Amino acid sequence: MTGKLRLATTSLAGCFGCHTSFLDIDERIIPLLERVSFDRSPLTDVKHAGACDVGLIEGGVCNEENLHVLREFRAGCRTLVAVGACAITGGLPAQRNRFDVGALLHDVYVAEPGLTRRGVPDDVELPRLFDRVRPVHEFVKVDYFLPGCPPPADAFWAFLTALLDGREPALPKELLRYD
Amino acid sequence: MLECHPRKTACGVQGSERVRSVSDILDAHWREPTRLVQVLRDVQRSHGNWLSPKALTEVAAGLGLPRAQVEGVAGFYAFLHLKPVGRFRVLVSDDATDVFAGSRALLAHLAERLQVAPGHVRRDGQVSLDVTSCTGLCDQPPAVLVNGLAVPRVEGARVDELVACIEAGTPVDAWPAALLRVDDGVRLRGPVLSSMLAPGEALRRALAQPYDAQVRTLTESRLRGRGGAGFPVVTKWATCREAPGSAVVVCNADEGEPGTFKDRALLAGCADLVVEGMTVAARFTRATAGFIYLRGEYEFLAPHLREVLARRRAAGLLGRDVLGERGFDFDVEVHLGAGAYVCGEETALLESLEGRRGVPRHRPPFPVTRGYLGRPTIVNNVETFADVAVVFGHGVEAWRGLGTGASSGSKLLSVSGDVARPGVYEVPWGVTVREVLALAGGADAQAVQVSGASGELVPPREFDRRIAFEDLACAGAVAVFGPQRDLLDVVTNFARFFAHESCGFCTPCRVGTHVAARSLDKLASGRGSDVELAELATLTRLLRDTSHCGLGATAPNAWRHWLEKFPDDVRRRLRDGFTPGFDVEAALEAGGSRGASR
Amino acid sequence: MSRSAFTLDGAEVPFDDGQTLIEAARAARRYVPFLCAHPDYPAHGSCRVCTVLVNGRPMAACTTKAAAGQVVESDTPALTADRRALVQMLFVEGNHFCPGCEKSGGCTLQSLGIELGVTSAGFAHESPVRPVDASHPDLLLDFDRCILCELCVRASADVDGKHVFALSGRGLHKHLIVNAESGRLVDTGMSVDDAAASVCPVGVILKKRVGFSTPIGQRPHDVATPRQQVEGKEGA
Repeated sequence: MTGKLRLATTSLAGCFGCHTSFLDIDERIIPLLERVSFDRSPLTDVKHAGACDVGLIEGGVCNEENLHVLREFRAGCRTLVAVGACAITGGLPAQRNRFDVGALLHDVYVAEPGLTRRGVPDDVELPRLFDRVRPVHEFVKVDYFLPGCPPPADAFWAFLTALLDGREPALPKELLRYD
Repeated sequence: MLECHPRKTACGVQGSERVRSVSDILDAHWREPTRLVQVLRDVQRSHGNWLSPKALTEVAAGLGLPRAQVEGVAGFYAFLHLKPVGRFRVLVSDDATDVFAGSRALLAHLAERLQVAPGHVRRDGQVSLDVTSCTGLCDQPPAVLVNGLAVPRVEGARVDELVACIEAGTPVDAWPAALLRVDDGVRLRGPVLSSMLAPGEALRRALAQPYDAQVRTLTESRLRGRGGAGFPVVTKWATCREAPGSAVVVCNADEGEPGTFKDRALLAGCADLVVEGMTVAARFTRATAGFIYLRGEYEFLAPHLREVLARRRAAGLLGRDVLGERGFDFDVEVHLGAGAYVCGEETALLESLEGRRGVPRHRPPFPVTRGYLGRPTIVNNVETFADVAVVFGHGVEAWRGLGTGASSGSKLLSVSGDVARPGVYEVPWGVTVREVLALAGGADAQAVQVSGASGELVPPREFDRRIAFEDLACAGAVAVFGPQRDLLDVVTNFARFFAHESCGFCTPCRVGTHVAARSLDKLASGRGSDVELAELATLTRLLRDTSHCGLGATAPNAWRHWLEKFPDDVRRRLRDGFTPGFDVEAALEAGGSRGASR
Repeated sequence: MSRSAFTLDGAEVPFDDGQTLIEAARAARRYVPFLCAHPDYPAHGSCRVCTVLVNGRPMAACTTKAAAGQVVESDTPALTADRRALVQMLFVEGNHFCPGCEKSGGCTLQSLGIELGVTSAGFAHESPVRPVDASHPDLLLDFDRCILCELCVRASADVDGKHVFALSGRGLHKHLIVNAESGRLVDTGMSVDDAAASVCPVGVILKKRVGFSTPIGQRPHDVATPRQQVEGKEGA
């Protein structure tokens, strides 16, 4: 591979735990940076993903802003990777799928006691919520899945180094986990 | 061990809607657990059309069964209801042929006229409305079931009549006969439908033959089962005879394959022939008990069948010492299904007959050695038994003079859809699709579905193929689709049918039929791409190779022939690249986070 | 006297009369992926994960009796792909949220998914709504995770003699029910000591107050993968 691999990462309806786990590759980040340059990522503060080799998506899709970012990644990234339980299954945020969103918002912002009862926030700047939290593969084509909650740091390392070396990034079973 | 008691059943399960206590109903069924499905049907009928939690508890206690098992059985069948439905439960047939005949518009119209949304019960409890799988009335569409009874051709003034009956609260068995009359639909008669055999005639001739000669007759007739698989009748029967235990003869009248209604015509017009064939089978296999497993949709035929059985009993053609032959004891009772296509699979049928969920059994053992209550059992199609009577009654020569090398005799076809003359045609095996279309008046067909949803979709370039076991095997359905039809609608309808009728036992069928139907919906909505084609290809292989029974294994036939043989039609459905399978904007609207209540 | 044998992926597997393919393979310490099969109960044959080719024909290894000379193939790319798809179907059918599940690390479905290299659910999620039954003082039922293997149904009927569980509905609406007019577990005769209370291979039937007691690293799957459980550590 010539030049550096361009990598973008983001979290949709996630907790950034996958990013934290990624950083748990510890000092291996230094050799990685010799082969990888970061595009949009919490590590760079770049606001929009451009043309990239690889995009790592953490988190599922719970609102239209998530979808907007996901589509930007899909359009810009040659290889799109769904990372972690939330991106792959909806995860913890998808626990709300058994409830009606309108009723939930009513409970939280209207019915339940609280400091202010100004009703459900409806500023046009707020992204609209989906009826259900869905995994990213239900919106766009996903090339690879890196499961785990979060995926172990070694899984990130094994996956990225395989991609960098031009190998098919198949995880060994020890690094494959759903929790 | 249970023997059947037909005289008792004749009054026990018949149509009246008057209220009977659960206890009375249980007594009428001798508190026999194998009769659970019959008990539940009767309890439901006399207890407001549904099975309340309390009623289930009573039934369970009365039969000595775990309550959960009773609830599980009740929950299996589409015509048994665990939640309240209307005093009039209106089900509109949702088969492709009915849909093309306007059943969707009928559903909407009924919803408006009766003021009840599909899938709901009207507030006053008077009526509920929903759809149901093919009712076996595709030659007289659109069809409706009201409290289990068939109402064909629900259009024009007949809609008004139906609505008026419901609003007047007239019990269905008191509705005008003309509204409930189902035509036999026979358009062309062959050796079976034109047989003038007197009751007992074929049986006498069979009885006159020693066993070896009977074997020879069946062997020489080359008769194969008419239910679809085409298993040689003599092999099945001889295996059953050899097996230890008291044998059982079951007539599979669970004609559920979409587009099939030829057994309806046989049972309506030639019931004697069918029972005669069963009695010949009983003599052959030394069976003592017989059942006609009648699909719930054909409940309207049950009184007629029971009359025929009673008449034959009085004439000495059933019961003790049949035709005066000492020790030849055989009787038949009618057992009603309750809305489950899978019960057409013979082992699922036997489970249902024993009062359980209609889940196909593991095989081996096969029913011929261990079937009903562990006894050797032959299960044959209605038509097969009628054919047997004709073979013995009119002789082998006439029979095998018809048909082809591997397919002897005649075949009853149910022709429906875009033809001038839908109905039942008895043709010699080996007839081509084109010839059938000419008979029925459907020359401009763009495709013909042969043998129902699990059969094969045939394009015009293959219309010279022959309907025969060696080419296009056919259990009876020939559904014709004219140039104005969207074949993807047909295919999707079939896939939905399988998803609805899957018993849910095995993973591939339970989930896979549903996933396939969703993929086809996606193609139909214009959101599909080669991703969906790949998914359907995966499901085709997976269902064929890993399903527990024939339902799952043949379900992919619903879509694979369209994918393979109509590539242009498929291609124009595809768009480039993956798109969500749902309406994203609608999913955001349904999120309802804007303008929610303050 | 030498026993009869069939070949499994080319290796000879001896068997006793009446043994199924999967029983014989297990006895010979050879792993055929399975899910609903349980050594203490008769074969069920519903998950279809153990589908193998017997003389070229697909059959469920748990319900197919071994016969001399059978050529059985299990470890093929096509069969592995089929098994993955079956596992994925089970994952989308229910709500399987592994990170928060008490059974994680000891769940047969999860372990099988990992064994087969399943990285995503593949299909669209059904997200069914299946309320929890927490009525019983000692047991919890989380129906989200049910794979309809009927082990609890069979354990309760055959071992406990109680018939606490049954299945109702059909197709995708098939679901587990309990033996009570109220529909609640507390109104059945279920006891925490029942065989049915311990047999669930996934996280439906859970004992209260003991969740998450085994540290990560010591849970069943952490100790031995499904293949290792059959073949031993060195076999992997």
